[in-house]
Amino acid sequence: MASQGLEKKHSIQDMIAQSRNKKGKKFIEKCMPIILVITALISVLTTIGIVMTLIFETFEFFQRVSITDYLFGTEWLPFSGSEPLYGVLPLILGTLKVSVIAACVAVPLGIAVAIYLSEYASDKTRRIIKPILEVLAGVPTIVYGFFALTFVTPILQELIPSLKIFNALSPGIVVGIMILPMIASLSEDAMSSVPNSIREGALALGATKLEVSLKVVLPAALSGIIASVVLAVSRAIGETMIVSLAGGATPTFDMNVTGSIQTMTAYIVQVSSGDAGYGTTIYYSIYAVGFTLFVFTLLMNLLAQFISKRFREEY
Amino acid sequence: MVELMIKNEKAKATIKTPSPMTSEHIQTVEKNTVVQTKGFNLWYGDHHALKDINLDIKENEVTAIIGPSGCGKSTYIKALNRMVELVPIVKTNGEINYRGRNILDPSYEVEELRTKVGMVFQKPNPFPKSIYDNIAYGPRIHGIKNKKILDEIVEKSLRGAAIWDEVKDRLNQNAYGLSGGQQQRICIARCLAIEPDVILMDEPTSALDPISTLKVEELVQELKDNYSIIIVTHNMQQAARISDKTAFFLNGEVVEFDQTDKIFSTPRDKRTEDYISGRFG
Amino acid sequence: MKYIDNTDVMKRMKSRLKMNKVWKSIFLIATGLALLTLVILLARIITQGAGYLNWDFFNNFGSRFPEKAGIKAALIGSVYLMLVIAPVSIILGVGTAIYLEEYAKKNKFTSFIQMNISNLAGVPSIVFGLLGLTIFVRMFLLGKSILAAGFTMSLLILPVIIVAAQEAIRAVPKEQREASYGMGATKWQTITRVVLPAAVPGILTGSILALSRAVGETAPLVVLGIPVILQFLPDGLLSQFTTLPLQIYDWAKRPQEEFQFVAAAGIIVLMIFLILMNSIAIMIRNKFQKRY
Repeated sequence: MASQGLEKKHSIQDMIAQSRNKKGKKFIEKCMPIILVITALISVLTTIGIVMTLIFETFEFFQRVSITDYLFGTEWLPFSGSEPLYGVLPLILGTLKVSVIAACVAVPLGIAVAIYLSEYASDKTRRIIKPILEVLAGVPTIVYGFFALTFVTPILQELIPSLKIFNALSPGIVVGIMILPMIASLSEDAMSSVPNSIREGALALGATKLEVSLKVVLPAALSGIIASVVLAVSRAIGETMIVSLAGGATPTFDMNVTGSIQTMTAYIVQVSSGDAGYGTTIYYSIYAVGFTLFVFTLLMNLLAQFISKRFREEY
Repeated sequence: MVELMIKNEKAKATIKTPSPMTSEHIQTVEKNTVVQTKGFNLWYGDHHALKDINLDIKENEVTAIIGPSGCGKSTYIKALNRMVELVPIVKTNGEINYRGRNILDPSYEVEELRTKVGMVFQKPNPFPKSIYDNIAYGPRIHGIKNKKILDEIVEKSLRGAAIWDEVKDRLNQNAYGLSGGQQQRICIARCLAIEPDVILMDEPTSALDPISTLKVEELVQELKDNYSIIIVTHNMQQAARISDKTAFFLNGEVVEFDQTDKIFSTPRDKRTEDYISGRFG
Repeated sequence: MKYIDNTDVMKRMKSRLKMNKVWKSIFLIATGLALLTLVILLARIITQGAGYLNWDFFNNFGSRFPEKAGIKAALIGSVYLMLVIAPVSIILGVGTAIYLEEYAKKNKFTSFIQMNISNLAGVPSIVFGLLGLTIFVRMFLLGKSILAAGFTMSLLILPVIIVAAQEAIRAVPKEQREASYGMGATKWQTITRVVLPAAVPGILTGSILALSRAVGETAPLVVLGIPVILQFLPDGLLSQFTTLPLQIYDWAKRPQEEFQFVAAAGIIVLMIFLILMNSIAIMIRNKFQKRY
């Protein structure tokens, strides 16, 4: 009986044994991991490429301009024919002006939206509002730039007559609108992950929703919220099109926000749109500025990662 | 190492099973050994999960493996088709011979082993594909592409798993639309589609309702004629109902292995008796 | 003696409840303000640009005269650019995700790649432009071509696609893989026949959203030196081209007021393009959501 069963059951197994293309299969099994590692290495190569590109070209730049002049100079006049000056501080200051204004708009608003969505809104409201915020986050920056230049600036000029067409205020506000969804949704994630049992504990003691939100949930989610703000500010620092369109092209070293400014990114765009020949000092200067920008954003990203890892609440 | 070998000898002495390994013996013994485990040890990292296992599984029998949670019974049957290797920290030594070849030998292809030693899992896990594609999955990956042959295999396997009549009119529907019990029988049919030699079942009814459980149990009885079945179960009555032999595992060791009726009527070991009578586990 | 004076608590309760109400309205207003901005932005652009949307606008090339300016070259250029970005970024992104989720061991090298990806996601897009300018335009001698821009943009959105694909692959239950291995399937068979089919909706949704970001991106292309006004259509992957956002950028910069309307019209086209892509992504997400 046993041997009869054996005979019967080997028909499909025989077919399998015959049809199996062992060599081809084995070859694929061996090759695929290698191919996949190569694709994974592309992302590493990208980083290496970025760092190397920036370092080499910046090195070339510092052959021509002294590092101390670059880092501590307060005048950025690369196009001045007789005696160009490459002091990066005005560009950094311009970037910071825009970023600080953006943060002033986006941080309170973003956190308020996050509190509303996480603590007050019903599920249904949340399901409607979150996709709209996603749309807001998906609007291309060129559209925001156009909006800043043609809508926000004229309105601000009505309110502040001394405001120039190109200024720090208008792009700052619009960059704030741009990074608002990011702060709102990341902070909301952090707040929603605070377990309900903690909320219920406070509510059962007779605390109001506001007290629960501000004194229980907010502190518990603080690391996530701060990380989201840092990430958003880093995004603001790297933002290009809004400041290129509405910020102007005048690097200044003062605290004025109503006049024309220039950010690091806007300078790179200005040079790229013009005809700075390959190999000129101006050409290399965009890499030096790019490198400075890269260092700023990298540090902020690492800081955000550090905050969210180091202070992560374990529930 | 020496100690281990002595233990090994002892275990052999107590179980006293002849172990014919080659095809020349086919006619000689009452039933052939399909899977022979000799001095098998397994570690999860530092945890010694299976200790010196010695078991002979016979052809066309249902072997039940019982024991409390964490005793290593699932780990053991997952070792038989080397599914344990999916956990990266596993280390093994000893021998598991399938029809005379040591499957732990690195030169033994796992894919070949698993076409011979099929498995049915604890939770029904059909693919989110049509019923037809679920059953045809095995033959297809092994290179059978002929539509006619596939049709035949699908029908035969579904009949074999006693679910053909229930699904024959909706072979193109997603297998996820079926009930849990039907899904599990689809999984059994999927396993039958490559006509394995041995079928491993890891608590196949633990996620099912009583009626579906009964159907699967009946099915196991039918499959016995053509397959050697090793079934891990939590349920002692199930082991008593459907198996020919039963092995009792405790803390990673085989405490007792014998004819099922003997294990349940006159266990030799006190611990087996305690477990069977419900004193622990 | 009682520590808590009930009447006092009740008195304070009133003001606490009032504060709760006041702040609730403040939070609500903040949310409304955010949504209002979107409405104003869209309304403003539509009222400005709708009048310029006509057949000529789609059929004309860029021009010095606002009434003759069109987006033919830019629209076609954007489509061409997508045709390069989509395959390159999806193949690289999904490949990386498969490697990280299915093959990579948990070691320092893997966590280094993972950390690298999350940092790459935070690099400003304009820096990718500098990378593309040096590597693709100059070193590989691709010039200001569709290919050079496509490669640059692919690298820019690569981290987004990798993360989305990783999440989709991770969501496929372990039992599915076990079932496949249990039948004697090889690893690659299991990946291509079980894991990827189940992960495709998630991968597609993430990829489309990432691609829509690439379509709206301007800064890297400016740095690459992609020309703004072209009077011809691209005739191959090494051809020069322009894109919608670049065209809009150029119009927005011009001093004549009419060009602002043209820019707004361009923005409407760009936004419709993006909304279409997003709708497809959302449709895929809703259709295939949660099957296990």
